[in-house]
Amino acid sequence: MTYLFMTYTIIWALISGYVLILGKRQKQLQKEIKLLEEWNTEQ
Amino acid sequence: MSKVSGIIDKLLFFTLVPSFFLALWLVFIWSPVERVMGAPQKIFYFHVGCAWVAFLAFIIVGYYSVRNLIKPNMNHHIAAGISAEIGVIFTTVTLLSGMIWGKSSWNTWWTWEPRLATTLILWFIYVAYLFVRKMEGSWENIARLSAVFGIIGCINVPIVFMAIRWWNTKLHPVVFGEGKDQSGGGIAPEMLLTLLFSIFTITVLYAFLMRKGIEIEKMRDTVRRAKNRAISRLAS
Repeated sequence: MTYLFMTYTIIWALISGYVLILGKRQKQLQKEIKLLEEWNTEQ
Repeated sequence: MSKVSGIIDKLLFFTLVPSFFLALWLVFIWSPVERVMGAPQKIFYFHVGCAWVAFLAFIIVGYYSVRNLIKPNMNHHIAAGISAEIGVIFTTVTLLSGMIWGKSSWNTWWTWEPRLATTLILWFIYVAYLFVRKMEGSWENIARLSAVFGIIGCINVPIVFMAIRWWNTKLHPVVFGEGKDQSGGGIAPEMLLTLLFSIFTITVLYAFLMRKGIEIEKMRDTVRRAKNRAISRLAS
């Protein structure tokens, strides 16, 4: 049972980690887009 | 994002969430416990599913790599990169879950058995591929260079799949088609259904991650272009 628990914990930790990384990337890019838009309107 | 694209994303998401819970129910509750191995046998369902998605991801990398080698295209370059990233994640999951399976059934974390060795080689090829993509230079040159790695990795996929059949090691189980007449192997119908449903769920997850990743990389490309335009405007 320990091995089974260990495996499924690793599987979901890695997949969730990747989903979080994707979310972080998206958030960062949205921030950059907002900054660029603001800069564009100021020009 | 277009309307159709939004609908596809929603469809994938609303298929993925119930499928995920149903797959877990099938694995942990519905499917029978194997008599010899006991509970650790249930590792097999997601282990095989992740391995299948890793193969699929690398075949898609291979497809876009061939196209990029003929004529570099930014969309193909982005799709290949995201597919390779997902492939590396799922190969890592496959290797780790395989190691735990090995410890529970063979009493060793690692053995230089053909399937394990070729999978590790595949993992190294695609990690190298991701590093090549991070190199400095024009994207066309990087697309061409990384495509070579992508194609080499893709060629390795059938070798990984066939390894246990060609070298005929009895350590790694052949689930479908064992022996010279390919009639051996096989699992109980409940186990087969659970396995197929797990594969389906992880494939939907791949499609969802792929679309999300491509969307983000396209955003990155738009930001890069906008930054370049802003710099040239400031310079002039």
